Amino acid sequence: MTLAPETTDLKIQVRLADSWFTVCDLSALDPGRGVAALLPGGGQVALFRDRGDRLYAVDNRDPFTGAAVLSRGLTGTHRDRPFVASPLLKQRFDLESGQCLDDESVRITAYRVRAA
Amino acid sequence: MTATPGATPTIVLVGHGMVGQRFLEALAERGLTATHRVVVLCEEPRPAYDRVQLTSYFSGRTPEDLSLTDMEFIKDHGIELHVGDPATSVDREARRVTARSGLAVDYDVLVLATGSYPFVPPVPNKDATGCFVYRTIEDLLAIEEYAKARATTGAVVGGGLLGLEAAGALKGLGLDAHIVEFAPRLMPVQVDDGGGAALLRTIENMGLTVHTGVGTQEIVTDASGAVTGMKLSDGSALATDLVVFSAGVRPRDQLARDCGLTVGERGGITVDERCRTVSDPRVFAIGECALAADGRVYGLVAPGYEQAETAAAAIAGDEAAFTGADLSTKLKLLGVDVASFGDAHGTTEDCLDVVYSDSRAGLYKKLVVGRDGTLLGGILVGDAEAYGTLRALTGTVPPISPESLVLPAGADSGAQLGPSALPDDAVVCSCHNVSKGTIRGAVTEHRCATVPEVKKCTKAGTGCGSCVKVLGQLVTAELEASGVEVDKGLCGCFAQTREELYEIVLALRVTSYRELLDRHGREDARGGDGCETCKPAVASIIASLAPAIGASGYVLDGEQAALQDTNDHFLANLQKNGSYSVVPRIPGGEIAPEKLIVIGEIARDFGLYTKITGGQRIDMFGARVEQLPLIWARLVDAGFESGHAYGKSLRTVKSCVGSTWCRYGVQDSVRMAIDLELRYRGLRSPHKLKSAVSGCARECAEAQSKDFGVIATSNGWNLYVGGNGGATPRHADLLAQDLSDAELVRLIDRFLMFYIRTADRLERTSTWLERIPGGLDHVRDVVVHDSLGICDELEQLMRAHVAHYRDEWAETVNDPEKLARFVSFVNAPDTPDPVVAFVPERDQIKPDLPLLSIGMRPADDVLEGSAQR
Ligand code: SRM
Ligand SMILES: Cc1cc2nc3c(=O)[nH]c(=O)nc-3n(C[C@H](O)[C@H](O)[C@H](O)COP(=O)(O)OP(=O)(O)OC[C@H]3O[C@@H](n4cnc5c(N)ncnc54)[C@H](O)[C@@H]3O)c2cc1C
Ligand code: SF4
Ligand code: FES
Repeated sequence: MTLAPETTDLKIQVRLADSWFTVCDLSALDPGRGVAALLPGGGQVALFRDRGDRLYAVDNRDPFTGAAVLSRGLTGTHRDRPFVASPLLKQRFDLESGQCLDDESVRITAYRVRAA
Repeated sequence: MTATPGATPTIVLVGHGMVGQRFLEALAERGLTATHRVVVLCEEPRPAYDRVQLTSYFSGRTPEDLSLTDMEFIKDHGIELHVGDPATSVDREARRVTARSGLAVDYDVLVLATGSYPFVPPVPNKDATGCFVYRTIEDLLAIEEYAKARATTGAVVGGGLLGLEAAGALKGLGLDAHIVEFAPRLMPVQVDDGGGAALLRTIENMGLTVHTGVGTQEIVTDASGAVTGMKLSDGSALATDLVVFSAGVRPRDQLARDCGLTVGERGGITVDERCRTVSDPRVFAIGECALAADGRVYGLVAPGYEQAETAAAAIAGDEAAFTGADLSTKLKLLGVDVASFGDAHGTTEDCLDVVYSDSRAGLYKKLVVGRDGTLLGGILVGDAEAYGTLRALTGTVPPISPESLVLPAGADSGAQLGPSALPDDAVVCSCHNVSKGTIRGAVTEHRCATVPEVKKCTKAGTGCGSCVKVLGQLVTAELEASGVEVDKGLCGCFAQTREELYEIVLALRVTSYRELLDRHGREDARGGDGCETCKPAVASIIASLAPAIGASGYVLDGEQAALQDTNDHFLANLQKNGSYSVVPRIPGGEIAPEKLIVIGEIARDFGLYTKITGGQRIDMFGARVEQLPLIWARLVDAGFESGHAYGKSLRTVKSCVGSTWCRYGVQDSVRMAIDLELRYRGLRSPHKLKSAVSGCARECAEAQSKDFGVIATSNGWNLYVGGNGGATPRHADLLAQDLSDAELVRLIDRFLMFYIRTADRLERTSTWLERIPGGLDHVRDVVVHDSLGICDELEQLMRAHVAHYRDEWAETVNDPEKLARFVSFVNAPDTPDPVVAFVPERDQIKPDLPLLSIGMRPADDVLEGSAQR
């Protein structure tokens, strides 16, 4: 989704099993830099915003090391797909599907996310 | 102790060599490790390693590098591996194997993979001190030790493939090396007379002495029983301090003989096409100890691997048969190109030879071709360039005439047949039986873009290595075909090298990454989000040039923040559980007691783990994101600043105590180290920069292992550059001598700025110095003699850096907006990341690693790192 840059009072919401969970102000998120948020069940989600103001949400846990650090990875575009690279061992994950680009057998949860 | 089989059937493997390990992998691939108990008896003191690459030990590979055994694999598959415990007997009636330690294991299936032993001809004194064989890592270590301690001359008995390898190794150890071969030519099995003659010339030109057509009659020893020479069959004598027997191998079938299994006339455990022994359906034999169904004992690893697969398939009840294999070989000895493949000696009925030979150049190439034009085999000496392609073409009719395949390039009609001409089913890697189609698939379907990736994906090239060249050509061809340009560009986003980008940023004063990407990036990357390779690289270029181009020098300003690796982003080093380490700068390693106490207090108050680093300072580990600003605030208050342990920038300038205290010191090395560290602190560069200053030639600060190292002389300072520790150590080169303080600093200014300008991303000064055209001489011309006329500019850039330096920690703690970033959770700023937890060890903490795999744990059994806060 594309947003006008001025809409600062919008909130970022992540879709959980049966409801939208409000996380923070849209303005808390800088393009290219993630943040982590705590979910009601104790899980963690990594939120990202790209330079076109599209939003992404994936599990914050790096499946290769177990550490909750994906929100601190560098983002980028690979073959027109947005990705984040784990800051620990650098594996990349597609931000829309959660698929690991460097290991077919690994996929992390991707959440629906919106600004409302 | 007797281990009795429970409900699960037991497979016992005797011998954990190359083939044994492959067999275990095959078992795992077929899921048999889940349904069976697998017990391995390994005679050698270490698990399976790459015997084929044994000789590479002498070019620097360690025994660990040679290992083929991933202990995770062994553990994950529940394999019981008994290292250093050979099987001593087999009771086939009771189905029980007994090992030397007394361990007895009952088996349902027994697999023998005991390999070969080196054959030592029965000459007098063959066991004298100084006589060796060449088969195991232990053999190598013993040869090396003996050669270093007491030998100047060495002789190898046997001029075959292994003998030549061994002779090359002896020469590499600095010995005067001889080869004694009974046959009239070298490598008699692989090459014919013509090839042998060309090979002889090449080997002799390398400085090895060859004695062909003579046998070894006796080893001569001195009174103490150590080797002093050999008597040869032609009556001559050869003085030598060391003898290596490499006269062929024999199957290790004694265990099999002792338990009544059928063995061949000339040795080898007789098996059928499924690798099952002909005497006992519960017993298999694979690898060099087996006499295959085609009546041969194979001494190469590829057929052994195929047997391993076959036996595993048979145990799983699948179809598979081993009916024979190819005997292609290539000599791995440095500097000699010898290869033979297929029917090298032309034994097929009615075949024809195509020979090209140039004795002056030591070239000999022969192809064996069938009546219908099928390539049957060949021998290449002096130039084995085409080996990979020709071997893969064997058995087919090549698309161009055989003559043109052996003629040298450039000669009339000397057509070059690249690997692109190979059919998809041609086997490119015979060690692992990988076809060209599989390799192409790795690139197109599995998205491998480099040779290492393809190796990992397909296993091709991980055996003897002789196919790696063709592999590289195929990968490049395939990438090009799929539209991927194989270029020197920094990454998928930029077609320029780092050096070119530096010039663009400087000349056009580009201060933003986006602007650079949108204007100078590759067409399809413009407007995108870049990638994890170019973002930090460009951030570093902009930071290095910040004062000169008018960009902010603070790494967390605006867009810059989004470009930094997590370490730079949090101004601390990320650790495996998501916590960070903090390293304050301690210039020159000099620190007053008061400051030491402050560090101690902070570490105690925040419950951090402390350690003295290899860089003469103190690292505090285990800080959570939200603790970082609090820790820095305390450090900054006490007069500390960031040590940039996280940045690609100056790390430490180590010092020795120097002339102030040391009785040998000739200059004040501590003061100089502090001056240099403060001058270059915060300087962003292509890779980290390290330095050291020693107070005299004794070099206690190890300056010659640094990017720039300084050693005091009675007249001033010597400057060394391009040193490196790490994985590929390099001694620094002397750049200039007897410099005054001012001359020294000026030269370092120029040197560093020239490096920053021209080096590649993540290229240390050592690799840079080796890579750039002209090497050290060129760098000396530029920075000492100003041959490019850029020294003024380089000095000016450094002056600007020094003038604009600011401490990143102090800037961060004083900026509330930036501080907001230092929380674990955007929606719960006061909640620490629950995955970051610690357990006690040796009076300090360490990460709670098991927690990482389970995600959460009841709070009561954890020592909270931040509890005392
Ligand atoms: C802390 C320390 C080990 C220690 O406990 O002593 C250390 C720790 C790390 N070293 Fe080191 N190195 C440390 C001294 C060294 C030294 C010794 C020295 O500097 O005299 C060397 C060899 C000298 C050299 O660099 O030439 C060294 C050669 C490396 C290398 C290999 C570099 C190379 O060119 O081959 C790496 C990997 C890299 O940089 O790509 C590395 C990388 C690392 C990293 C950054 C790995 C990582 O990404 O996590 C470690 C992180 C540090 C942290 O989390 O704080 N470290 N490392 C030392 C910190 C020194 C300091 O005060 O800043
Ligand atoms: C220097 C050198 C270079 C070579 N170069 C090449 C090459 O370029 N290409 C090529 O194809 N081949 C090459 N080879 C040959 C290749 O290494 C062998 O073909 C391969 O190692 C055979 O594997 P294997 O498992 O049958 O035997 P091995 O690797 O020898 O393993 C057998 C293992 O069984 C152990 N063992 C024996 N008896 C017992 C027992 N009773 N209980 C427990 N364990 C026992 C032995 O200690 C050994 O560790 C080379 C060999 C050497 C020495
Ligand atoms: S390098 Fe020389 S001056 Fe420095 S501590 Fe060693 S001996 Fe003393
Ligand atoms: S042919 Fe030996 S590794 Fe490929």
